[in-house]
Amino acid sequence: MAELETFRRETRDWLLKNAPPDIVGLPANDLEGNWGGRRATYAVPGMKTWLLRMAERGWTAPSWPKEYGGGGLAPGEAKVLSQEMTRLRLPPPLIGFGLTMIGPTLLQYGNEEQKREHLGRICRGEIRWCQGYSEPGAGSDLASLQTKAVRDGDDFIVTGTKIWTSYADKADWIFALVRTDPAAKKQDGITFLLIDMLTPGISVRPILLISGKSPFCETHFESVRVPVRNVVHKINAGWTVAKSLLGHERSMIADAFGGAGAGQRTARLSALASLARERLGDARGQIADPVLRDRIALEDMDTRAFGFTVQRAKDGAKAGHRPGPESSIFKVYATELNMRRRELMVQTLGPSGIGWEGPGFTESDLETTREWLRSRGNSIEGGTSEVQLNIIAKRVLGLPD
Amino acid sequence: MELILTEDQELLAKTAADFVSEHSPVSRVRKLRDAKDPVGFSKELWKQMAELGWLGIPFPEVVGGAGLGFAELAVVLEALGRTLAPEPFLSTVLLGGQVLLLGGTEVQQKEWLPPVVNGDCILTAAYQEPQTRYDLRRVATRADRKADGWRLSGEKIQVLDGHVADALVVVARTSGGEHDAKGLTLFLVRKGAPGLEITRQSRVDSRNAALVKLSGVAVGPSEVIGAVDEGGDLFENVVDRATVGLCAEMLGSMEEAAASTFKYLKTRVQFGVPIGSFQALKHRAARMYIELELSRSTVMAAARAVDEDHPELPKLASLVKARCSDAGILIANEAIQMHGGVGMTDEYDVGFYLKRARVAEITFGDASHHRDRWARLSGY
Ligand SMILES: Cc1cc2nc3c(=O)[nH]c(=O)nc-3n(C[C@H](O)[C@H](O)[C@H](O)COP(=O)(O)OP(=O)(O)OC[C@H]3O[C@@H](n4cnc5c(N)ncnc54)[C@H](O)[C@@H]3O)c2cc1C
Repeated sequence: MAELETFRRETRDWLLKNAPPDIVGLPANDLEGNWGGRRATYAVPGMKTWLLRMAERGWTAPSWPKEYGGGGLAPGEAKVLSQEMTRLRLPPPLIGFGLTMIGPTLLQYGNEEQKREHLGRICRGEIRWCQGYSEPGAGSDLASLQTKAVRDGDDFIVTGTKIWTSYADKADWIFALVRTDPAAKKQDGITFLLIDMLTPGISVRPILLISGKSPFCETHFESVRVPVRNVVHKINAGWTVAKSLLGHERSMIADAFGGAGAGQRTARLSALASLARERLGDARGQIADPVLRDRIALEDMDTRAFGFTVQRAKDGAKAGHRPGPESSIFKVYATELNMRRRELMVQTLGPSGIGWEGPGFTESDLETTREWLRSRGNSIEGGTSEVQLNIIAKRVLGLPD
Repeated sequence: MELILTEDQELLAKTAADFVSEHSPVSRVRKLRDAKDPVGFSKELWKQMAELGWLGIPFPEVVGGAGLGFAELAVVLEALGRTLAPEPFLSTVLLGGQVLLLGGTEVQQKEWLPPVVNGDCILTAAYQEPQTRYDLRRVATRADRKADGWRLSGEKIQVLDGHVADALVVVARTSGGEHDAKGLTLFLVRKGAPGLEITRQSRVDSRNAALVKLSGVAVGPSEVIGAVDEGGDLFENVVDRATVGLCAEMLGSMEEAAASTFKYLKTRVQFGVPIGSFQALKHRAARMYIELELSRSTVMAAARAVDEDHPELPKLASLVKARCSDAGILIANEAIQMHGGVGMTDEYDVGFYLKRARVAEITFGDASHHRDRWARLSGY
């Protein structure tokens, strides 16, 4: 404990000394922030400095091994670092699918050469990754995917179409599931491949979402040559890797939507409650609309309860317990919390919450509306809620097929 | 706070689970109910629980307690909740005992707490009145000052284990009007006191409750607990703690109701397949599980908040009670529905869980009451 306190002091001092002032207070969640990559753009100039300094210390990936560019922190230390960053209102220096999805997967399944090639570049924010799982014909039934990879000497020739590929237009590399054995049972003929997006034959077409933004794309592969050494784990054993990565993806989504630190005490009024007081006024110190007030309280309380659940899993992991069944509920519940919150925000705005663009609406109200629309995808991306419930019923409750 | 069980707590959980499955099946509750048992629980088991050290868990060693906390108590209460054990934990350890622990003088504690810990004394609190609903401060029972102390007059309802209690903590008004938050005082009234009339009540869960009528009951100055006129805050704190304990019990009941339902889903066959293979039921079962796990996390957090004397305890007590009230009812309702016709029979146990879930929901305030309180405490 005493060592942790020393670590806390040193960490705080270092952060205070090294965090550029213009990054303080920037959004600290996993969806907004600095994605890095070959074509990185920075919200403020200090963000680039912040990334460089933190990466040098290994603190873009605090708990990864030092030899691969991480910070080598023990779970307790990583928690302290994140607490201190929260306290000082410092955003993460880097976010993205490299850190949350492919990195942890490579640590588990990658060979030495792959770890050396990719992990450091992820930690330094040099390469941005995207995820090529879904296809037009393979969504929830992911294992029925058809993008094929045919062996040609030391290469595979990849042909097919991926869809809903988030940020494919901005990414430098893609991790993709491809079919390498069409004759095998569907889960047994899949291989997990790492592909440089600059390889000839890849084309990307952005797709517009109902929110008016287009963060996801159709990604087309036309005879794309990929070296066999880019296979993660073994040929035809990609399904195991794919599932493990989905686990990382789901906990990332859970963290992003209220898991991280939500069990901690929040002294200030919740964002929802203060918005409601501001817009609806109050009656005797209470939000004027009692029904909305009740729903906001429910949302705040469920958020807190969920935060405690995430904390329970983390404390258990820290104590060396194997991940318990409680982690299977994170994806469903976290996304539903976020979706409820977004809906409540729009309902709180009332007539100001239904603007699309232009005069009569403030920038922040328009953003709230777009965010509400975007949030409808939360219970679809990363495996739909129905699929998560299937998993809980089967794996946790042992209900029959 | 760390939300994991220590090794000692794991061990305690196991001891409690073993004890409960050996000595306290649900059939025991059924027998007590059907026989209209005059005591309403088993004095023998109560004594055994004392010998196991459970009644002393949240009390200091000077009064014979174990000097542990609610984190440990919650583990035991959860086990007891699994089979709806009707022993008087809530009344004696969580209400009466906590009032004395937090507000009693050394003399009062020495007199009452050792016998509580030994299982020789039943305590309770008489606070609810016909018009109270969930507002702990809405008290009409009066304590009139006399030269030698006070005279208590008023009517209390649904006093837990009232008819078997050796003493009752009575919340009475020493100043102000019925709706005033201030002006409440806690008095200890011994059983058999002249002017004290106790009538057993019957509620859906068949646990002990009683009407208590006070007609000029005389109490001396030494029977005041805490400061005169300042009892409201003390009692609210006690109820927050008791609420956390009750929620641990509710958690155990939910667990069991859910577990027996999941088991039924695997064994009951219709249309040639186990009904648990129907997705309409699977998803609802998964929802029950989610609610259960969130409830467990909040119970753990709130119990640790009691032990840490956390400034947010009132909020967390409301958080855990709102959650366990809603989850408890959801799970019990679904348990009956998924059992079909047999779930509606008195012969089957699930009905006992629904009845207890309803009573527990109403005890110390339902979910909407606690959401209102949470919002108030959060400043909106
Ligand atoms: C915003 C967003 C970003 C995304 N980003 C990516 C990405 O970066 N990379 C990537 O590979 N994919 C991505 N996806 C795709 C996402 O993973 C799929 O949309 C998702 O898995 C569902 O597949 P589908 O769209 O084909 O729907 P379908 O599988 O066709 O499902 C349609 C409906 O049927 C239900 N359903 C299907 N099967 C079952 C079942 N067995 N039981 C009960 N109900 C069922 C579903 O729950 C859903 O309600 C993204 C999606 C969104 C919305």
